[in-house]
Amino acid sequence: MYRYDAYDQALVDQRVAQFRDQTQRYLAGQLPEEEYRALRLRNGLYLQRFAPMLRIAIPYGLLSSAQLRMLAHIARTYDKGYGHFTTRQNMQFNWPELARVPDILADLATVEMHAIQTSGNCIRNITSDPLAGVARDELVDPRPYCELTRQWASFHPEFNWLPRKFKIAFSAAQSDRAAIRVHDIGVQIVRNAAGELGYEVYVGGGLGRTPIIGVKTADFVPEADLLSYLEAVLRVYNLLGRRDNIYKARIKILVKETGPEKFIEMVEQEWARIRNGELKLAGDEIQRMRAHFTVPEYASLPEEDAGYRAHLEQDSAFASWTRRNLHAHRQSGYAVVFVSLKANGVAPGDVTDAQMDALAELADRYCFGELRATHDQNLVLADVAQGDLYPLWQALDALGLATPNIGLLTDLICCPGLDFCSLANAGSIGVAQDIFDRFENLDHQHDIGPIKLKMSGCMNGCGHHTVGHIGVLGVDKKGEEWYQVTLGGSAENDASLGDRTGPSFARDAIADAVQTIVEVYLELRQNEDETFLHAYRRVGMAPFKTRLYPVKAAA
Amino acid sequence: MSGSILMRVGLQPDPYLHLADDAAIPASNTDILVSLARWQTDSAALRARQGRVGVRLDNHVDVVPIAADLARADLICLVFPGFADGRAYSQARLLRDRFGYRGQLRATGAAVVRDQIVALHRCGFDAYDLRADQDPVACLAQLDALDLAYQPAQDALESVRRLRRRAAVQLQD
Ligand code: SF4
Repeated sequence: MYRYDAYDQALVDQRVAQFRDQTQRYLAGQLPEEEYRALRLRNGLYLQRFAPMLRIAIPYGLLSSAQLRMLAHIARTYDKGYGHFTTRQNMQFNWPELARVPDILADLATVEMHAIQTSGNCIRNITSDPLAGVARDELVDPRPYCELTRQWASFHPEFNWLPRKFKIAFSAAQSDRAAIRVHDIGVQIVRNAAGELGYEVYVGGGLGRTPIIGVKTADFVPEADLLSYLEAVLRVYNLLGRRDNIYKARIKILVKETGPEKFIEMVEQEWARIRNGELKLAGDEIQRMRAHFTVPEYASLPEEDAGYRAHLEQDSAFASWTRRNLHAHRQSGYAVVFVSLKANGVAPGDVTDAQMDALAELADRYCFGELRATHDQNLVLADVAQGDLYPLWQALDALGLATPNIGLLTDLICCPGLDFCSLANAGSIGVAQDIFDRFENLDHQHDIGPIKLKMSGCMNGCGHHTVGHIGVLGVDKKGEEWYQVTLGGSAENDASLGDRTGPSFARDAIADAVQTIVEVYLELRQNEDETFLHAYRRVGMAPFKTRLYPVKAAA
Repeated sequence: MSGSILMRVGLQPDPYLHLADDAAIPASNTDILVSLARWQTDSAALRARQGRVGVRLDNHVDVVPIAADLARADLICLVFPGFADGRAYSQARLLRDRFGYRGQLRATGAAVVRDQIVALHRCGFDAYDLRADQDPVACLAQLDALDLAYQPAQDALESVRRLRRRAAVQLQD
């Protein structure tokens, strides 16, 4: 993985000192509240419902075991003993004390981590495919490009005060696991007919209040021109993005109101001017960045390990975990392991300090000391030899991290909602718990098959509800929590936004509604291979609507 | 004159008279700062003078179509109406980088503070109309401490990418 050199370290250390100074000035009454707010947001610090919340960047989701141990240490020392993985491949702590945040940041800097630009109207953490470097359907490893972009975006002097937050995602695989079409900029790494690498670029996708799929602004930006193209887009946005209305300030609105053609023209004009300047990736720059993301020293293993086969036959719990929580690896004899952070009784994405320490240990033992965070709020151990799967599973099981539900109904994603977030209309975590209780039976979940349930506590859509196969959105109705349901969303290659079922459901009816939707699907699917999303796309909303809103019998 | 301006060398008296739109144009050798509207409507009269003329642009002005005209200004003053409104950063970069503007580029408004001065400097500003509550010494100290940046921008600082490239080439030699 990428390791800091002296320059990276110096820049992060400088930032910690700067934020310490800003915090001290604020606490001494020398920095106005409003300005400190803007500055602390750019260092990941929110003040919310009960306490400050600190969001720590995990660039493109990649973590070393040493970094995870540091997160465990922070959870233990400065928080209540746990942390929360978010849908942005970040980690959040919900209970730090404001005056100690500079110390937390200093601790993080010792393991090459930070909280820079994890909130505020600036370029946020770069996200990518959690299977980067190991997926079979990948063209090249996208992470070197993510890291080049991360550095370009970090402390960018021109783009720290944008109209609104700005999110960039990369994918280099056939199936899009980074949801690039619902990002402010989504980059798909491609190869052209001449065999050269480059980028297909989507701009103006987004969730939240006005969900929309991004517009393709370029079919092929040459590999060396990544940063100049991004800079051109950001410059146009910084100048022209709306600042009069927070709900219209994202770049998606600019693209829509300007018209994609005109927008593309403006970007291209600026890009043409700067693309051969200092931003061009020159010499062996890309090559040197690639060298940071080396392939681990895999053992040469047979396609199938005999011991593994035996365990599969003897232990049905293990076998069912392997069916759900493994993903094919490109290296013979290795597997990608998903660590489920969706166990019954635990808020999705939450991990304790002890679990983090134990996971770091397992990563060292079985996975070259690395882990990844996914935007579905799970973790991935990407390089596990088949022969190690059984002991790994036993260890994970003992930690409560082996729920065999990856991709199934209870692998739902969910924002912090009313439990933590000051913007929330509704408690998403409580609904998640209801759904867990109702669908805990794994056989039943397996029968239902792959389905993505996504929940947000308000229109901001941190839980990505609009691209859930089933989306649940908390709304406020005269001070009560209600839930609006959408069907048929997707954030993958076939990206689409969900359709509303109709009137929203009360708190005590929402789990029933989800159950009804699942029942209707099970009745009308053509066979077990027809997934929920496919079935919905075939039959449409009508049958679901009929059952969700039965017409009251006439008196 | 309307006060002091922070320059790289320290606080300097501002030689420019900030002229209201309805004020008469003063004697020929006074330096004046006018609005864009004035700059455009009184173009001939302003040109006929000996004193220097600066122009102030609101941050929603598109500098592209008027850049050639602006090149004649001795000073361009860009405005930051709010602490978190960063439009003028991009205006500055366009003026410096795209149109090669060489005169004084002055920042004024709510964001001209020690927590943003490094970014202002990096985007091409060389004169700072500091907000009233700001300590010029602390602001200059920020500029003095600047020694490293990832991005190429309008200042002379070499980007980290360039430093690394050079190190890599030297290694090969
Ligand atoms: S979706 Fe709304 S409630 Fe949930 S975390 Fe985001 S802002 Fe808070």
